[in-house]
Amino acid sequence: MTLETTARQTFSQQNILDLDSFTSQDITYVLDNTLAMEQVLDREIRKVPALRGKTVVTLFYESSTRTRVSFEQAAKILSADVINVTSGGSSSKKGESLYNTALTIQAMQADIIIVRHPHSGAPHFLARQLEAKVINAGDGTHAHPTQSLLDLYTIRKNIGTIEGKKIVIVGDILYSRVARSNLWGLTKMGARVVICGPQTLIPNDFLNGHRTEEGHPFAGVEVQTDLDAALKDADVIMTLRLQLERQKAGHLPSLREYSQTYGLNARRLAMAKDGALVMHPGPMNEGVEIETDIAHGTQSVIEEQVKSGVAVRMSLLYSMAASQNLEI
Amino acid sequence: MPTFNRYKHFVIYGVFVPLIEKRIQNPVQIERALTRISHEILERNGGVANLVLVGMHSRGVPLAHRISSAIERFEGVKVPVGKLDIGMYRDDISEKGSPVMKPTDIPSDINDKTVVIIDDVLYTGRSIRAAMDAISDFGRPSQMQLGVLVDRGHRELPIRADYVGKNVPTSREEDVQVRLQEIDGEDAIVITSNSDNTGDVI
Repeated sequence: MTLETTARQTFSQQNILDLDSFTSQDITYVLDNTLAMEQVLDREIRKVPALRGKTVVTLFYESSTRTRVSFEQAAKILSADVINVTSGGSSSKKGESLYNTALTIQAMQADIIIVRHPHSGAPHFLARQLEAKVINAGDGTHAHPTQSLLDLYTIRKNIGTIEGKKIVIVGDILYSRVARSNLWGLTKMGARVVICGPQTLIPNDFLNGHRTEEGHPFAGVEVQTDLDAALKDADVIMTLRLQLERQKAGHLPSLREYSQTYGLNARRLAMAKDGALVMHPGPMNEGVEIETDIAHGTQSVIEEQVKSGVAVRMSLLYSMAASQNLEI
Repeated sequence: MPTFNRYKHFVIYGVFVPLIEKRIQNPVQIERALTRISHEILERNGGVANLVLVGMHSRGVPLAHRISSAIERFEGVKVPVGKLDIGMYRDDISEKGSPVMKPTDIPSDINDKTVVIIDDVLYTGRSIRAAMDAISDFGRPSQMQLGVLVDRGHRELPIRADYVGKNVPTSREEDVQVRLQEIDGEDAIVITSNSDNTGDVI
């Protein structure tokens, strides 16, 4: 029996803050269990008792549809009790601090708190202060680990493996928490990552080579400003949402110029490998970073990304419960 | 006869602890037990009508397939075989962790069928409790029955098997392993124990 129990410790994360702390085994564990979760979603009775008696609170200080709903759905299918708190309807409107709001929620015996916050690092702060486990559902421009996990799952499901594949991330890398978490996730799984966008929207550390020197986890990441060149032989193209405010902030001359230089269209898609996957974390600006016919075309797996979001988040919640360190 | 496995000893605080392996059944005996269980299933249920076998991961699955093909030899009818992973139904997920879940596949409508759960070792009964809950989520069988290759005792729940290959009295310190050709490359039932605690039987 002892041999078996040691073999079971396959997930080592207590809080889910970003993928930088994940090992490739942790990622593989979550992705492998997602298959079983998808089977649960296909059943007539979509309910399993894995998290029975646990309370999960979603605490969202930023608007969101797909992330919050899919977390709520995931926790409910696993039989947890779910309470939703949004900044608009809570005491934070009356000036209560994040810390005090979180303490209140913890006092109500929350086991897992899922946080989205406009400030980078807010979930890390809570994880240090609280006994409840914290999942980062997007913090500022920093990280969005669950989006990355579902991207990894979608890639693996469609092309079998992530290792050695060429993945091009196009767009606003500088402000994208999805891109940041995906850089960690993809490099840990051995993908060949290319980031592509206008110089003003690529982090300085990549432009001046500080992130890509020997020994850095991102050493293998290529930086490209020419999308046509970046797309050559690509297996996967991840387009990112361009926040329309970026133009006002002076990062872009005009949206039209951006969409002509970095928008994904049929001509550009033809430069990638045959059947290359087109992904987008949503919500999309169709006609800006991606043309409508591509977004809804045969190579697009964008809808599938949303669909696997529930199963991936179920797997993640289950993995946290199954990790021996987690006394929830 | 206890055999000495020279690769599996280990040392705790400088004390040499030999691991003793005892093989209690050989491939022929396992095959005979499965043949008998197959006959008993037929006898008890009056034939193959409405039967569904559900094997529990990992080793219950090949066992269920073997029983199904034995029944096919006797009766000429193939009994459907399902696979079940109980990971999401266990009551000790947070204490013991969990291996990666394997696919669950319940082949047909199980409403009003006789479902025979097949597992390799019956021990505390907690896995069987979880399996019954899991199967109930797929439908309402008219009956659930349980077949195991080894019953090693130490039940913690009011559960017993309808079909037993072999009753093996054990202590809790011992570990009973069923090894199967399909997974382990050999058919055997092996009891392992560390020599320093084989004495205290609870």
